[in-house]
Amino acid sequence: MKRVAGAVALLAALVLALTTAGVAGGARSGAQATAHSTASTQLTVWVGWSARELGVFNKVAAEYGKTHPGVTVKVVGSINDDKIVAAIRAGTAPDVVSSFNSYNVGVYCGTGGWIDLTSYLKQSNISVSQFPPATQYYTQYGGKRCALPLLADTYGLYYNKALFSAAGITSPPKTIAELTADAKKLTVRNPDGSLKVVGFDPFIGFYENVPERWITAFGGQWTDAQGHAILATQPGWTKWLTWMKSLINWYGYKNLVRFQAGLGDEFSASNAFEVGKVAMNLDGEWRVAFIQAEHPTLDYGTAPMPTNEPSLYGSGYINGTIIGIPKNGKHTAQAWDLVKWLTTNDHALAELSNGLRNVPSTTASTHSKELTPDAHFATFLKVFANPKSSTSPITASGVSYTNAVQSFVTKWQAGSVKDLASALKTLDGQLDAQVKQAGGGVP
Amino acid sequence: MEVAQETASAAVGQGERRRARRRGTWRRRRLVLLLMSPWLVGFSVFFGYPLVMSAYLSFNHYDLLSSPRWVGLANYRYLFNVDPQVWTAVKNTLWLIAVLVPLQVLFAFGIALMLARARTGVGVFRTIFYLPALAPPVAATLGFVYILNPATGPINTILSHLGIQGPLWFQDPAWSKPSLVALGLWGIGNTMIIFLAAVLDVPRQLYESAEIDGAGPLQRLRWVTLPTISPVILFAVILGVIQGLQYFTQAYVAAGVAAGQASQAADVTSVSLGYPQDSTLFYPVLLYQHGFVDFQMGYASAMAMLLLAVSFAVTLVIVVNSRRWVHVGAVR
Repeated sequence: MKRVAGAVALLAALVLALTTAGVAGGARSGAQATAHSTASTQLTVWVGWSARELGVFNKVAAEYGKTHPGVTVKVVGSINDDKIVAAIRAGTAPDVVSSFNSYNVGVYCGTGGWIDLTSYLKQSNISVSQFPPATQYYTQYGGKRCALPLLADTYGLYYNKALFSAAGITSPPKTIAELTADAKKLTVRNPDGSLKVVGFDPFIGFYENVPERWITAFGGQWTDAQGHAILATQPGWTKWLTWMKSLINWYGYKNLVRFQAGLGDEFSASNAFEVGKVAMNLDGEWRVAFIQAEHPTLDYGTAPMPTNEPSLYGSGYINGTIIGIPKNGKHTAQAWDLVKWLTTNDHALAELSNGLRNVPSTTASTHSKELTPDAHFATFLKVFANPKSSTSPITASGVSYTNAVQSFVTKWQAGSVKDLASALKTLDGQLDAQVKQAGGGVP
Repeated sequence: MEVAQETASAAVGQGERRRARRRGTWRRRRLVLLLMSPWLVGFSVFFGYPLVMSAYLSFNHYDLLSSPRWVGLANYRYLFNVDPQVWTAVKNTLWLIAVLVPLQVLFAFGIALMLARARTGVGVFRTIFYLPALAPPVAATLGFVYILNPATGPINTILSHLGIQGPLWFQDPAWSKPSLVALGLWGIGNTMIIFLAAVLDVPRQLYESAEIDGAGPLQRLRWVTLPTISPVILFAVILGVIQGLQYFTQAYVAAGVAAGQASQAADVTSVSLGYPQDSTLFYPVLLYQHGFVDFQMGYASAMAMLLLAVSFAVTLVIVVNSRRWVHVGAVR
């Protein structure tokens, strides 16, 4: 018995040691480093870009240093939200931070992790009306504007002109019905029934296909004025889900999965659209630069995404890089000056846009003469300026909100959800509970 | 009088001896404490403190950026009553443990038995079977996802030459977990080595006695080998169960790569969580997601506390039940 008790004690220690996840850690206050009192202030900026793209940002940052005596800018690339949160928590955050997307704005603004810029904007007489409505929305939460847009990503339709002409199609589709018909015309099957070329792949999870980039085309809303999820009561969601499932069924779900498994990586020269395996594709404006670099001879066109409601044609989904100042920053005033310059200076935005082929994020900068003209890219500037273009919902639960919807849709497209109306109602309840759990206060 | 003096001096002598013994015991204890101190410090800093903090944070709303806010049992209520993914994750984790652990023990034991009987090329075979255990989990998982790619992978290519359409493997919820089990069995080397040592350690005279009593190979396996190595089986089962409860790396990597998100590890919109259709959503994967992607550390701590309790309970049940089949005397 003693031996068994001893063994139990030892195993208890083993279990304890092996299973205790190191998730603990107190909320530490920022350890303020002593600021150096030197003639020149060095501002550290964290950005998500890397490699060639980081070089483009470095060039613009260096230009700021040249035109602002007494300030040097040190740029650190390859940053993501994990690193930003860890640094703020540890009190080691840089002067300026940026994130590749707005999904966690609710977390940054709601917690005060990024400081509220409202008073700085007021002092500098900067009106946020110079940014289109969607970008104004995704840079604030709960009455706090803790971020500003730094370039934007907009989405549209890429179509292969050579494949269009071979199929006898003369213009890009404008409606969902036209998209469906063209997709079927452009699809080529192998003798064994497997897919050789897919006209259009609506599968959620394929490259840039996520619900928030689709629901814009169906006019669907996410929440009501009180913040409750309304996916079950918004006809746009049911219309979109029914349409995408019917097109997937036409290809055959397993056929499509097998086809996708054989495609190249999205961000490589083997991208399915670039090599002609997919005739039409939903993608961001940056693809223009990728095609120019990887397949400059590709005969293609760009257009706004087809929509279910004709009145929505021309609009699209907008998101993009956001920039802000973390709490406990050492040089807040200088940091604000840099943020202001990067986000509102037409020249800086045009330089970044030309180098990164992202959309410049003020309305004025989209008309800048400094922008390198490009017919393919012009489509995305128009989508950006369209007042009906929309973005992801900003909630207290951050990215888990849209991820929950995505998880639901992947089950739906696979045929695992039988009663759509009832399942959407359940999903609404789960989304509300998730926001409440995250401290968002939805009743 | 003399007797009384003798008794008194004996009592003094006994008292001194007792004090000396006590001093000796205390010296020994100090030495033990001194020798154990590196472990004690490490355990307190890396396990004790995180454990206490996790327990505390599990009763708080804590988003990493603002101070923890006491919410009582709210995280546990959400865990048990609301979170739609928790029970999927629990079911997947239990499935993995129920299938992978017995198969791992069976395979490791089977290979150990074969290697113990091998006459030639023993070193080569041992190396071949052990080698996969040296592959880093991420690299091994990437290799398996590549080999089992339904469109371009060599396995399905060979099957198609034979006129068979191979499954979708990591892309199909019905096949994704069995594919992970195959990966787990491929890297069985460490358990196999422990079993091999145990099998080779069974006293020869026990086999000889059994043979004299007329026992055949199966009877010798059943009545000699298995009872003798039963403590090793218990060890392998407990370790396997705990590893199953902590299953993370392979599931996370396989889902990410199969979902086509390999180049976007930092893309928070990734559909790779539990891909496909939550079939690889294991409890630790969900815990990580809530803690480090959704920044809900209070809730993740509640999940960690539940995991700790379940791990402890399962291990206790196995140990208590093991008294019926583990021959503790065999390890003497």
